Amino acid sequence: MSDFGTQHDELRELQRRLTILKAGLFAVVLLLALRLWHLQIREGLYYRDLSENNRTRSVILEPARGLIYDRHGVLLANNVPSFNLYVTLEDVKDRGTLIKKLNTLAGLNEAILRKKLSERTDKLVQKKVKGGLTLREAVLIESHRLDLPGVIVRAESQRNYPEGMTAAHLLGYVGEVSADQLERPEFDDLHQGSVIGQYGVEKTYDRFLRGRAGQKIIETDAIGHEKQTVEVQKPAAGDDLYLTIDLRLQKLAEQLLGEETGAIVALDPTTGEVLALASRPAFDPNVLSRELTPKQWEEIVQDEGHPLTDRSTQGQYPPGSTFKIVMAAAALETKTIEPSTKIRCAGGYQFGRRLYRDWKAGGHGLTDLTQAIVDSCDVYFYTVGQRMGIDTIASYAAQFGLGRATGIELPSELGGVVPSTAWKEKARGEPWLPGETISASIGQGYVTVTPIQMAHLIGAVGNHGVSYRPRLIRAVMERATGRLHELPAVAQGRLPVKAETLEIIREALAGVVTDGTARRAKSTLVSIAGKTGTAQTAAFRPGPEEDIPKKLRDHAWFVSYAPAAAPRIAVAVLVEHMGHGGAAAAPLAKHMIEAFVKLTPQEPQLTDSDSLAPRSTMELAMQRPHD
Amino acid sequence: MIDRVNEGRGLDSFERMFLAVIVAILSIGVLSIYSVTYAQQGGRVPLYAKQLIWILMGGAAFVAMLVFDYHKISRLSYLLYAIVLVLLVVVLVAGKTSRGAQRWIPIGPFAFQPSEFAKLVLILVLASYYANAPRHGWLQRVVLPGLIMMPGLLLILKQPDLGSGLSFLAIYAAMLLVVGMRSKALGVLLLFSLMLFPFAWEAVWGSLHHYQRDRIMTFVDPAHDPGGKGYHGLQSRIAIGSGELLGKGLYGGTQSQLKFLPEGHTDFVFAVFAEEWGFLGVLVLLALFLGLMMLSLEIAMKAKDVLGALLAAGVIAMIGFCVAVNIGMTAGMLPIVGIPLPLMSYGGSATVSIMAALGLLLNIKRRRLTLFY
Repeated sequence: MSDFGTQHDELRELQRRLTILKAGLFAVVLLLALRLWHLQIREGLYYRDLSENNRTRSVILEPARGLIYDRHGVLLANNVPSFNLYVTLEDVKDRGTLIKKLNTLAGLNEAILRKKLSERTDKLVQKKVKGGLTLREAVLIESHRLDLPGVIVRAESQRNYPEGMTAAHLLGYVGEVSADQLERPEFDDLHQGSVIGQYGVEKTYDRFLRGRAGQKIIETDAIGHEKQTVEVQKPAAGDDLYLTIDLRLQKLAEQLLGEETGAIVALDPTTGEVLALASRPAFDPNVLSRELTPKQWEEIVQDEGHPLTDRSTQGQYPPGSTFKIVMAAAALETKTIEPSTKIRCAGGYQFGRRLYRDWKAGGHGLTDLTQAIVDSCDVYFYTVGQRMGIDTIASYAAQFGLGRATGIELPSELGGVVPSTAWKEKARGEPWLPGETISASIGQGYVTVTPIQMAHLIGAVGNHGVSYRPRLIRAVMERATGRLHELPAVAQGRLPVKAETLEIIREALAGVVTDGTARRAKSTLVSIAGKTGTAQTAAFRPGPEEDIPKKLRDHAWFVSYAPAAAPRIAVAVLVEHMGHGGAAAAPLAKHMIEAFVKLTPQEPQLTDSDSLAPRSTMELAMQRPHD
Repeated sequence: MIDRVNEGRGLDSFERMFLAVIVAILSIGVLSIYSVTYAQQGGRVPLYAKQLIWILMGGAAFVAMLVFDYHKISRLSYLLYAIVLVLLVVVLVAGKTSRGAQRWIPIGPFAFQPSEFAKLVLILVLASYYANAPRHGWLQRVVLPGLIMMPGLLLILKQPDLGSGLSFLAIYAAMLLVVGMRSKALGVLLLFSLMLFPFAWEAVWGSLHHYQRDRIMTFVDPAHDPGGKGYHGLQSRIAIGSGELLGKGLYGGTQSQLKFLPEGHTDFVFAVFAEEWGFLGVLVLLALFLGLMMLSLEIAMKAKDVLGALLAAGVIAMIGFCVAVNIGMTAGMLPIVGIPLPLMSYGGSATVSIMAALGLLLNIKRRRLTLFY
């Protein structure tokens, strides 16, 4: 065609095609003219009416927040109806009078109303002024609607946690988006009054749970009540979450802690799925998800037990003797000792002018590594630690995942401290003292860890060195498509130790339960392996244990896995101020493990990593009505 | 160097008509901006006065694009494109964010919007590419120019500026079609789908579920607000519809005067005009825009070479697309994407770049009588 002609021919050809452009332009202008004729001539009267009365209002339709289930589809968070008070400022003649009327009619707090009404927003948008009205308040306001132009009570959904305080820290709670949050780009699809997750998975998975708000444009009558709907954009409900948590184990963990302060973490070391994540004392997310008075909020924040702190991921404790697992691995890998190396323990270790005591007054005598783990001999590890030096210890601790957050999907997770010479120089501005290495060798001094880190660590040791990131979300049910997206396990590779080293340690850990410090964790149902720990809280302790005030007593640790040969569960228990790990923590872990074995007696299928309940969650997702 | 052709020759009747149409549309624009911002004059310089300054600067750009031979200008096109790309990167790094998008480079009290100039530069680059490269085969016709366009398009979408991004695609498609496709049928089909795209879009869009639309909108425009959009769209329709046949007169637009209509001086200036001047005013305005397009097509059809014809076609596509999409969205036929109405919406960068493009058109026209070289 034209491609091969002279430039002149080509130009003519090209210019002929411009005719089509011309036709297109005519068509577009004609279409626009028709549309405008339709708007201005055919519907002109209707729009003139709307513009003169100026009685269109925009109503934001809040989306239903996604639901949260446990791994078997048991409901953990849903939405229940609640009465909320809305005000359209455009329809309010005088704010002062309105606030007074609401106060005298329904007893609403004047100060709170005044604060809410003074926030700057679009005058034509119905603004949420108060949530969670009682039925009485709602009825009183509705029955006086003629006296309250611009005021509307709407029944909307309120977040509800049917299990109350159970799993409070990991579920979190919701609350209205704050002014500061609205400034941030990740919240720019929200508006004042939107409810978002403020803690727990409610916060980390808010993007999924949130949904998208819709909008209704209504024509109102003279007092701001809806006369007819002009346009509706439906809200889109948020996606549902299926957690990895097994509610039965979660409840058991919380019962086991009872009134004590502490944390229990149970996870599947072969996938990283967290089965229970308990922290006590807890709070009631139902209360925190409603509008708190400043006084209520103050009470929670100033509570001495710090119920808002999730001790499983934010509690940083000295690991005590559980740290000997890392020490043993480091010592064998660096060839500081042979498995058969024996060290004499006479009940203390002299360094300079100071005697570092063993927990056993008379000492353990001549011990090898296995014996030192089984009986938790301190002198053995003082010696080994002193030979390796703090920086070697720190490097192994870091490779075992300590000193940094595990990456579980919870906000504000802390990483603990793995001290080293460089760390102390930076953090304290002081040089490392040789004596501090001795304390660090038995997990005291500067070393701190969180219970989730220890569950992750012992799980990796149990799982022959293969490590998975701890995770809480098993699947997301996408509302828009109805599809269930299962989230995969996140492999983190292997611990940096030889298989033989790990075998020696694993054997010793089994010995701890059968013959050592954790005999109280021995089970007739399943073989358990683990390590006890006692985290000192005060250096100076007057008199025998019973006389010490509870605040100063040691924390009890037990980290474990079962079955010892091929673990399906790893459990870390920390109980604050309960003394020895073997006595206070080990029995709790045993209960958890036995309950797990009873609940899931069959061996996991080798081909399917998600053998526990994918079918049941899937079925549930299908059956549930799609609202 | 000023070309000999321009010396000592006055304006012929075609050129006078061309200029008159431009001036008429500009005047309507200033009047509408004056009307909508009339009630809200503080101590600052009123917006209509600032717009007059932009128009003067646009006039300078018009003359600048007229006096140098467009062949010379086209020789600079790749350099200009490189400059525009750098500016688009600067916008992303150091630009001013406003209404959720990062589109402006602040210069003193003003803000400069490179994506507006990018459209004109794209026309220059594509026209000089097609005029100088052999135009055989789909690789040279479609793929290479597409690759040339891509960095600019991606940088603009990153801001995000969906409106300018779509204009980019429209310019590319129009040039492609005028250059010609292997199959005539395909060419015609593509051209019509480009022309009817805004209207077809509404049909496709309307058939999507609301969440699908929201997903698409959040994907291309994270600042998109499902709440605000419907409301503003309705306010715009009320403004236009309530104008009826004769309009409410200057300052009579209650929708725009009472601030129910947002952005009355920029993207929704057409709604202000339609409310105040009614359907009759709208017909006059549409006739002016159509007239401008027809005069521009006349220039394209009589251009002396491929470069001139393609430059003109690109400018027509750019202006035509913006007019269609802007009026379409204010009239509730299209989703609201931020595209200003050429020569009418308030804004320095857009006004200057559109006027520069029109100067280029007149340049092509005035050089068509020179002999072939």
